[in-house]
Amino acid sequence: METSFALTGKGYVIIAADTTAARSIVKMKVDEDKIKALGPHLLMAYSGEPGDTVQFAEYVERNIRLYQIRNTYSLRPSAAASWVRRSLAESLRSRHPYSVNLLLGGYDTASYDPHLYWIDYLGTISEVPFAAHGYGSYFALSLLDRYHNPEATLEEGLETLKRCIDEVTKRLVVSPGKYKVKVVDKDGVREVEI
Amino acid sequence: MSRSYDRALTVFSPDGHLFQVEYALEAVRKGTCAVGVRGKDVVVLGVEKKSVLQLQDPRTVRKVAMLDDHVCLAFAGLTADGRVLIDKARIECQSHRLTVEDPVTVEYITRYIAGIQQKYTQSGGVRPFGISTLIVGFDPHDSKPRLYQTEPSGIYSAWKANAIGRSSKTVREFLEKNHKDELSREDTIKLTVKSLLEVVQTGAKNIEISVMESYGKVTSLALSEIEAIVADIEKEKEAEAERKRSRLAATAAGQAAMSQRATEPGPSS
Repeated sequence: METSFALTGKGYVIIAADTTAARSIVKMKVDEDKIKALGPHLLMAYSGEPGDTVQFAEYVERNIRLYQIRNTYSLRPSAAASWVRRSLAESLRSRHPYSVNLLLGGYDTASYDPHLYWIDYLGTISEVPFAAHGYGSYFALSLLDRYHNPEATLEEGLETLKRCIDEVTKRLVVSPGKYKVKVVDKDGVREVEI
Repeated sequence: MSRSYDRALTVFSPDGHLFQVEYALEAVRKGTCAVGVRGKDVVVLGVEKKSVLQLQDPRTVRKVAMLDDHVCLAFAGLTADGRVLIDKARIECQSHRLTVEDPVTVEYITRYIAGIQQKYTQSGGVRPFGISTLIVGFDPHDSKPRLYQTEPSGIYSAWKANAIGRSSKTVREFLEKNHKDELSREDTIKLTVKSLLEVVQTGAKNIEISVMESYGKVTSLALSEIEAIVADIEKEKEAEAERKRSRLAATAAGQAAMSQRATEPGPSS
């Protein structure tokens, strides 16, 4: 089932999400990208009701871009996260709410530090050093409690991420096969292989 | 009687004119000048900048706006109207991406802007936009630079080079005389500055130049760069004047010699 992880380290945020698109018990696709770059230094992993997820992610993407064109500068991660949370909170109170869970990670180019936000479809937000959504979170969070280090280098961070993925693959009955991993740091957004 | 308030302001005069639209064009003619020039694979926007007051922040006074990664707009006329129109256009650019997953073409956004301007000549309780715009950019997956103009009436048209605003007629005539097809980057910039200098007396410090070289590659020239170009143009003009003067002097000398010979007593007398 759908799983996404994220963790911060020294000057970076790593976000990983599985790449399966499933319907009921059938896998429809195994190379779906569920992490969107919302700006030069902002990443968002989305999971939840298929259709809702893409619709909401694209809506956020275009609004963040519009803000950047209007104001020359992009929203900082904290501001973007607040905006996204509010959008979800308003959606929840509408007739057709989005059912989307998010991990939003970014590098703040003004204060030179990474930020990670855990957001769910109810409009809950919390800034966290590491986070996970989906069934994978039941296995990964304890590992992250044990192994996460906010001062870790990118290699060490990816090592910790690999521990999480391996554990989920080992223990979860319906574990996803492949993950896409993206990193955001002072140089911007990029995809990494694990 | 609320009905009497939402009538269109723009109504025909007996001889078929829409006076409000013509007044809007007058507001454009009073606005600062803007020039657009298309080169071989570059398009340049030049605008006349009003001098800012001593204590004003010049960064907050801008007449060239990005609509999207690949489209720029300059306007002449009422700045406040410009801001509103620019915002509508920017929203449409993102909305277009959201609905069809493709960036707008320059013609599409021009038509959209012109469409808004036209709407404001035919709706109740509104007045036309007091601005003309020059829209430049590149279409996605295309290397041909584009230049369009819109007017308060909602007319839009494509150009090789054009000017709007104060003394735009002088500048357009200058461009008609000097524009060539397939201009290089440097020549396009130079022609833009040269045409602006026709109407901007104060020189480089009141000129703003934006250059778009390919899809999404926009640069704003620094004051020092514009100053260098202006100095270059001035030097050329100087040399031209010098040539003219020496030519004149030569003819004058020739004439003087001739008339002197005429007055000299001939050998026969």
